[in-house]
Amino acid sequence: MDATVIFTVNGQKTTVITDPRRSLLDVLREDLHLTGAKYGCGEGRCGACSVIMDGRRVLSCITPVGEANGKTIRTIEGLADGDSLHPVQEAFLEVGAMQCGYCASGMILTATALLERNPNPTDEEIVKEMNVNLCRCNGYTKILQAVRRAAEKIRR
Amino acid sequence: MTEETLVKITESQRCEPSGGLTGDMKLSRRCFVQIVGAGLLVTVMEGPSLGRGGGRGRASMTVAARVRLNTDGTFAVMTGKVEEGQGSRAQLTQAAAEELQVPADRVHLIMADTALVPDDGITAGSRTTPSTVPAVRQGAATARELLKGLAAKRWKLDGSTLKVQNGVITNAATKETISYTDLAKAGEVEELFQQGISSDVAVMNVSEWDVLGTSVPRPNGRDLVTGAHRYPSDIIRPNMLFGKILRPPSYGATLESIDLSSVADMKDVVVVRDGQFVGCAAATSFRAAQAVEALAKTASWKTVPHPSSKELFSHLKEHARTGDRSRPGNKVSVEKGLSEADKVLSATYEAAYIQHVPMEPRAAVAEWSGDKLTVWAGADWPQRVQRDLAGAFNIPAERVRAIVPDMGGGFGGKHSAEAAEEAARLAKAAGRPVSARWTRAEEFTWAYFRPAAVIECKAGLDANGRITAWDFATINPGGAAADTPYAIADKSIASVGTDSPLAQGPYRCLGATVNNFARESFMDELAAAAGADPLAFRLAHLDNPRIRRVLETVAKHFDWPARRKKVTAELGVGLACGTEKNSVVAACVEVEIDREQGGIKVREVCEAFECGPIQNPANLTSQVQGCIIMGLGGALSEEIQFENGKILNAGFSEYRVPRFSNVPKIDVHLIDNRDIPSAGGGETPIIAVAPAIGNAIFAATGVRIRSMPMRGLLLKQA
Repeated sequence: MDATVIFTVNGQKTTVITDPRRSLLDVLREDLHLTGAKYGCGEGRCGACSVIMDGRRVLSCITPVGEANGKTIRTIEGLADGDSLHPVQEAFLEVGAMQCGYCASGMILTATALLERNPNPTDEEIVKEMNVNLCRCNGYTKILQAVRRAAEKIRR
Repeated sequence: MTEETLVKITESQRCEPSGGLTGDMKLSRRCFVQIVGAGLLVTVMEGPSLGRGGGRGRASMTVAARVRLNTDGTFAVMTGKVEEGQGSRAQLTQAAAEELQVPADRVHLIMADTALVPDDGITAGSRTTPSTVPAVRQGAATARELLKGLAAKRWKLDGSTLKVQNGVITNAATKETISYTDLAKAGEVEELFQQGISSDVAVMNVSEWDVLGTSVPRPNGRDLVTGAHRYPSDIIRPNMLFGKILRPPSYGATLESIDLSSVADMKDVVVVRDGQFVGCAAATSFRAAQAVEALAKTASWKTVPHPSSKELFSHLKEHARTGDRSRPGNKVSVEKGLSEADKVLSATYEAAYIQHVPMEPRAAVAEWSGDKLTVWAGADWPQRVQRDLAGAFNIPAERVRAIVPDMGGGFGGKHSAEAAEEAARLAKAAGRPVSARWTRAEEFTWAYFRPAAVIECKAGLDANGRITAWDFATINPGGAAADTPYAIADKSIASVGTDSPLAQGPYRCLGATVNNFARESFMDELAAAAGADPLAFRLAHLDNPRIRRVLETVAKHFDWPARRKKVTAELGVGLACGTEKNSVVAACVEVEIDREQGGIKVREVCEAFECGPIQNPANLTSQVQGCIIMGLGGALSEEIQFENGKILNAGFSEYRVPRFSNVPKIDVHLIDNRDIPSAGGGETPIIAVAPAIGNAIFAATGVRIRSMPMRGLLLKQA
């Protein structure tokens, strides 16, 4: 049974009429063509599908779209301000913190949500927050570097 | 996946590409237009010029097949290699820019599109650096010389006196200049580039490199951090549907019957049955999955017995093919050497099947236009995808266009493109484009695995603690790094085939991950038996100057002698080295042991690596760091468990791969050896990690764990 779900995505009010059991990830990717959020596992264990909902990182692959009703969602496509990248994106690019890059949008959004809450995290806090995010190129060393650099940029 | 496919993969891992595989390229006589990079329009006229592809810059390939000069003075450079995170896009861009003498941002690399690029062979075996980089350099250098010749003709002088810098050709005598842009506008270049690539054209000497050897970032990096890049699973076509495939409940199960009418009321779903193939396509993947679930309830399967992972190693041994001893050595003489030795040690090592687990599971979009098929697929060899699809649909290869967008990881696991065929079958029936994307559980179950292994080692020591005889037989994983790099006069090395219960294929450095684990662990056992320091014992048996250098480098940076002395029951250090694919590696690690809890934590990995002249230091650092952390998974936690033809741990909650919290202190030392040609660097750095960890565990506990993954649980039981 389809339902009407209304939410704001990257500043745009969006109405979707669909089966509310579908994942937010599927709706973003298949209906709204926002393919920056990735499928990685479907069980909330890899973080590739991370988006920011009402200021918090959520794992969109295990979030039924019905739960997004009335919420404000930011995806990787909405992070940059026009041509100017978000500091976290800048830091990832400068450090070269991506190999295949498939995990990058989830990493960047997870780090963004963390830094908005805590602009001066310790390494332990970064690891704790980002531990759900997998990188199978195993580029964790440079990703950590990038998050530290992004924190510096944001504090500046 | 058909039986044939499985067999093919098994074969390919046994004779892994080492010669830069090439294949005939057939193209339709058409003109393709593609938008590349920042809105640049590149037109590639197909014609006799493209001729045969050649991964190694064969003379029969034209310059135009490799390099095009655009009217704005930028170049389009074509390659059949794919980018999957290993850094080929930057590296091949650098290779072309170096020879063309332009900055890297004036080269736009077109990768992995059968309509546009030559066949450079499969992206595997670390072959891009030793095969494709030289081929691209040859093509670009020939282009550079042709452009110089064009300038010389204008100035009516000998082209050899001209210099090129930053895309500008200068006549040193007259100070006259002409740019590539000026030459491009004259319109003679296209004709000129119809010439064959010269096989003896001079390429830039490594001492002259100014683009190669630098850390050029990934050219499309910005698209990766903004989400703009479309991976194979992100491709969206107008009117596209999403597909789901009905999978057998277990390996070897065959479909006996199914009731398609059970979904007759789902009018919006396209249902396809073709023999064993059953799939659905719908407007959403959720809907397609619903239909497949409904169909699955009506399906009846004939299952077959299948070994379980509990009996894996005895299965591999029992089915080992005797007489299949394909590696160098003299078994008879080794037997004699062993009988005369002062001490004889023997040990059997094992390794479980593991998965590649690329972040992006297999995915493809297929679109038919009449009897022509275009696919966007995540796979390592676009021309193979093209050939396989042509075969599957019984159409000429030139009617299939296969494109591999930069994809989300592979690690040797994406040589096959099952999703492309599945998408194409559904798209054909639907009359609309279809995207087929595997779930993680499908990837864990139906993609092929890194081979499991049983490895039997035997060696004799003389009274001076020198190895006099060496017998090494590796069952199942293939011969990569099976031979010993140590100077042992009497040796027998065998790579033995067997019956593999699971479909297996290449992996990052393939069987070297397990063969090197066995050899370097066993070397440690021998060192202990000889009462020698593991470093000194290795050096005493090593003539190879490159391996000696990485070992000595890593030992110095890790402060091996001092830290070896400080080993306790809770804190161990270990080292290992190895060579494969013409590169050399050595690693020292420190592990923390909690014997009561069965805990093994790797605290530090120091690694030295050398693969000839370094072409992109930042990328090589990433590759080495990635290999080290990936190596932790195979060493300590990754293991495919199966029973009754089912994978028991087909998800991230049960199959543990390294996470942030597992990342140790990592110290990488790259050696830039400019005396030899460059070798690939994305694989070999993984092979020293597991044995160094095992050796460190032994140093702390005295317990030798001979099975990968090395479970801390074994320490509790020991």
